[in-house]
Amino acid sequence: MDTWLNNGFTRSLILWFVILCASVAGVHAQTPSTCMDCHAALDPPLQVTQAQFSQDIHAQKGLTCESCHGGDPSKADMEAMSKAAGFRGKIQRNQVPELCGHCHSDGAFMRKYNPSLRTDQLAQYKTSVHGKRLLQGDSKVAVCTDCHGVHDLRPASDPRSKISPLNVADTCSRCHSDAKYMQGYGIPTDQYAKYTESVHHEAMTIRGDLSAPTCSTCHGNHGAAPPGVDSVRNVCSNCHVFQAQMYDKSTHKAAFQSAGLPGCVVCHSNHDVTRPTDAKLSTGPAGVCMRCHKPGDSCDQSRAKLLQDLTQLDDAIKASDRVLGTAESSGMEVSEARTEQDQARDSLTKARVTIHSFKTDLVEEDIQAGLKVAAKTEAEGKAALAERDRRRKGLGLSLGIILIVLLGLRLYIRQIESNSSNVGTAELHH
Amino acid sequence: MSATLRKWIDERFDWAALTAPLRKKTVPTHDLSYWYFLGGITLFLFGVQVCTGILLLLYYRPSASEAFESVQYIMTRVQFGWLVRSIHSWAANLLIFTAFCHMFSVLFLGAYRKPRELTWITGMLLLFLAMGFGFSGYLLPWNTLAFFATKVGTEITGQVPIIGHGLKVFLRGGEDVTGATLTRFFGFHVALLPGLTLLLLLTHLALVQYFGMSVPPAVEARWKAVPSEAREIKFFPNFFLRELMAWYIALGVLGALAAILPWELGAKADPFAPAPAGIRPEWYFMFMFQTLKKIPAKVWFADGDVLGILAFGVAGILWLLLPFFDQTGGTRGRKLVLGLGTFALSYIIAMTIYGYMAK
Repeated sequence: MDTWLNNGFTRSLILWFVILCASVAGVHAQTPSTCMDCHAALDPPLQVTQAQFSQDIHAQKGLTCESCHGGDPSKADMEAMSKAAGFRGKIQRNQVPELCGHCHSDGAFMRKYNPSLRTDQLAQYKTSVHGKRLLQGDSKVAVCTDCHGVHDLRPASDPRSKISPLNVADTCSRCHSDAKYMQGYGIPTDQYAKYTESVHHEAMTIRGDLSAPTCSTCHGNHGAAPPGVDSVRNVCSNCHVFQAQMYDKSTHKAAFQSAGLPGCVVCHSNHDVTRPTDAKLSTGPAGVCMRCHKPGDSCDQSRAKLLQDLTQLDDAIKASDRVLGTAESSGMEVSEARTEQDQARDSLTKARVTIHSFKTDLVEEDIQAGLKVAAKTEAEGKAALAERDRRRKGLGLSLGIILIVLLGLRLYIRQIESNSSNVGTAELHH
Repeated sequence: MSATLRKWIDERFDWAALTAPLRKKTVPTHDLSYWYFLGGITLFLFGVQVCTGILLLLYYRPSASEAFESVQYIMTRVQFGWLVRSIHSWAANLLIFTAFCHMFSVLFLGAYRKPRELTWITGMLLLFLAMGFGFSGYLLPWNTLAFFATKVGTEITGQVPIIGHGLKVFLRGGEDVTGATLTRFFGFHVALLPGLTLLLLLTHLALVQYFGMSVPPAVEARWKAVPSEAREIKFFPNFFLRELMAWYIALGVLGALAAILPWELGAKADPFAPAPAGIRPEWYFMFMFQTLKKIPAKVWFADGDVLGILAFGVAGILWLLLPFFDQTGGTRGRKLVLGLGTFALSYIIAMTIYGYMAK
């Protein structure tokens, strides 16, 4: 709606009025920065309020508008924005990385504010797809302010920050999920949708594990780029260390490399990494082995053996669980067996990690260790149930004896009271 | 054999003279005389507690690092340890239940009236001590539930005006519930409280012996009007054998509970873990706990919790002095006491149920 407020002439009048008022006020109040006096009243994107800027980490560290935009905010009128005062005005997108890097790449300068902050962001940015494309003149790619925000820039440790681990995926998806915006780049725009289905997203948002992977964990942040086929294993192994060690022992490593397949991603996918189950080893729809292997070959036989081993241990733990659960619900104390059972679960977890070596003998070792513990805990559960039954029999016997004694007492009372005159007239007490 | 033994005793102690009061002692018998068994059952359960408590002492270790493991050892390794520990836990709860029933039966049957005021007062003090036994014993297995319930319980004590903080620190053995609290509670549970209980119990029993069993006012009036209706039986053996039957029934109930529903141990207390949801005190503290939970933070200008604790304190003192509100023998005092009794019983039952139903 084109109201009088949206009218350009009216807005200019208001702006000049505000500047005039601010100049008059400045005479008396000695305002240190006059920028906000006008910009607070403007419409976005020119609007910057004091409330907004006070949240900015730079403002909190003592930096002011002039630190980025130049000029002289102590001046009360348009003189503040004069070329003579070094006013740079709105920073062009292609100038943003260099401007931020001016301070953030200066180790001596940054040490005064945050000695632990890295100072290679600009150098890394130049290696990223974003940075390279910007240099080639593509102004649509992300620059510092797109991810970090501007004027209300918060550190990553602040959960409201756009680059807080909780918000990184949302921040990236603002461009990468926008099919129209991404048109022409030739990459899919369903990464965020897939990521929200993944076990990593679940860990981050449901379990609140801020160390869980988000976009920047695998792609890098300032040097963001898709990991190459060869480096996928290195990316995943940052967290999945033992799986990677086992994968290195496997025949798959060399085979995948020679076939140009991206390691872990072949079986686990990338953005939509779901919780892996033993069914991945099956020949069913969830199975992944038979995508490459032929039925009946030696690899298929190993697959079947691995699946059988894992299923056997899983079943043994479940059987032990059932017996111990029954014993517990009967009130039996089996906490020691419960603690031991954790060892069997650990063995199963270890076997599921060792699977990545695809060596049946290595997996067999873990399976046998787990089966031994599961058998022991199941036996302990059965012993507890046998003890429960013994107790109940003992109780039945005791109650029988108590009942006989009660009957005997009753008969004895009847006998002594019928033989003598025990019951008589009372002399009332008090 | 028994004749020889009798002769041996007679030559030294004059057994006949010693047991004469027992042979002469009688107990009134009427429609409501089965309520007389409650005190005896409570006494029996106290005896069970002493015996099982001594057995538990053989293995229990009162330190934060060993308490849980020692109870676990008792439950799993010691022959019949599970039975002893379960009976000790169940008997503790049954004891407090029968003590409550005994108290209310004494109240509703008017047995607190002159000259038995001191019997009531010693009985009430014994009930408070039994609750103290429960509170201190609850912590001893050093499991999660007990740890946090003790934390909440002692925190409430800290709300008492003026002496609250000192009392809390005294109970906890410091600012927080730690191993020092466990050692302290163990001391209360096996030394201080048993000593006080023994003293009061002997006084209570001596007073019961001295005054004999009270006859309910309605029965008393009826017997006064028609003296030929009054009945009594000899304490020994007639009443004693009936009491013995009651004890056997209590033993059967205890055994069944211990065998079918053994007292669970739970998980070891971890002072650094967050408090689990649904921390509740033992059932006999529930009505007080629920009341304190429901009192608004501010009542007029006073702190709600402080007000609640003061109210329970005043109610406890008034309850202790209840017999003195019914001194005249008239119906007014009796009605007041009956009204208060009915209100208290309804309140305790309602708030206990509410406490368990509320999330």
